[in-house]
Amino acid sequence: MRIAVDIEKKLRDASREFHLCMRFESDADVTVLYGESGAGKSLTVLAIAGLIRPDKGRITVDDRALFDSAHRIDVRARHRNIGLVFQDYALFPHLTVLQNIAFAQNRGWFNRRTVDADARATMASMQLDALADAYPSDLSGGQRQRVALARALASRPRLLLLDEPFSALDSALRDRLRDELIDTRRRAGIPMIVITHNADDVAAFGGKLVRVRDGRVAD
Amino acid sequence: MSSDAIVPLLLTLKVASLATVLASIVGIALGKWLGRHRTFTRNVAESLLTLPLVLPPTVLGYYLLVVLGRNGFIGEWLMRWFGVSLIFTWQGAVIAASIAAFPLILRAARASFSDVDAQLENAARSLGASETEVFFRATLPLAWRGILAGALLAFARAMGEFGATLMVAGSLPGRTQTLSLAIYDAVMAGDDARAESMVIISLIAAVVLLIFAAQLLQRRKHT
Repeated sequence: MRIAVDIEKKLRDASREFHLCMRFESDADVTVLYGESGAGKSLTVLAIAGLIRPDKGRITVDDRALFDSAHRIDVRARHRNIGLVFQDYALFPHLTVLQNIAFAQNRGWFNRRTVDADARATMASMQLDALADAYPSDLSGGQRQRVALARALASRPRLLLLDEPFSALDSALRDRLRDELIDTRRRAGIPMIVITHNADDVAAFGGKLVRVRDGRVAD
Repeated sequence: MSSDAIVPLLLTLKVASLATVLASIVGIALGKWLGRHRTFTRNVAESLLTLPLVLPPTVLGYYLLVVLGRNGFIGEWLMRWFGVSLIFTWQGAVIAASIAAFPLILRAARASFSDVDAQLENAARSLGASETEVFFRATLPLAWRGILAGALLAFARAMGEFGATLMVAGSLPGRTQTLSLAIYDAVMAGDDARAESMVIISLIAAVVLLIFAAQLLQRRKHT
């Protein structure tokens, strides 16, 4: 899979003006966006997911344009088929672990109690069976991270985006979950873009490294 | 409890329930439309929509008569096409009570929707949910406590509605005379015993509703 990003966005608030101007391409299984917080990594990932709209530019996955300002293309987030693990996990607090994981497969206006076998299989593959009926508020940080990853994978994405997946965890757990993530990704066979500000993550993930500084790709 | 009090009580419950349902549907929709971003236009719109809460109920009643009355543009239309008039009917009382109570739901809904973490709505979108699905499966379940608390206050307000109801629906015993109108009627007629029993019923209903609303806003497990 080949991902090409070439976007610009100006953001302004009372205290500062931020100019995002990201340009990179990758056909690696794992692409690491590495840089300090506030450098524009999260914005870039949100733009790829379709949750914020760049001022101009192009985002393509393989040859399909997800966003192209010149041709007025802006595929809606829900049609992009991109899995996203948020930095704070953004688990639905009103739903159980199983309902969270099954969210993408459930269609319609209600969060059903019964879910299909697919979601259960995903849950089992992440060793979350015992937590099926627990609510996110009952989970530890590591468990939440795993549920968020399972929920994203259960939507059968063609690309997985992870925003600082370990930032809320202590370092021992971080190492273990990182290995788990690398392993899970390999089994699922889905390319991923992962954001980090941690040098150990960069070394462990390998793949293509994109250094981000002040809204741009650093040389 | 005397049977004198039962008829107005049942009528009051019917009118207040329907008024709350009506006000909830409109209030939730407009609360969502007003949204979390506080622009000037939306704030002005919210202020205008809140007017029924602060206007004297008689002013509200006056405008309702202007709109629903024989020569009002809705009243005339209803009469011409359906041959019905809402004036001096319990349905008219429902309209009056729902408009008086509606701002309470609107404000509760807007505030509750604003409190919903936008990231959760984004998570739902990235999982393939349409905007309708996002609303019913993420936004509304996360905001319902605040909205329900607002609805309980609206119900209490609708139960106590007096001025606008009197002007639009009158005070016809057994037909449009709700509890608050019946109390006034009883006092004016010097029937203190009847007034007293209905005052106590009103008081109990209001206190119970307020306690429920406070409880709802306090308990926040899972949401």
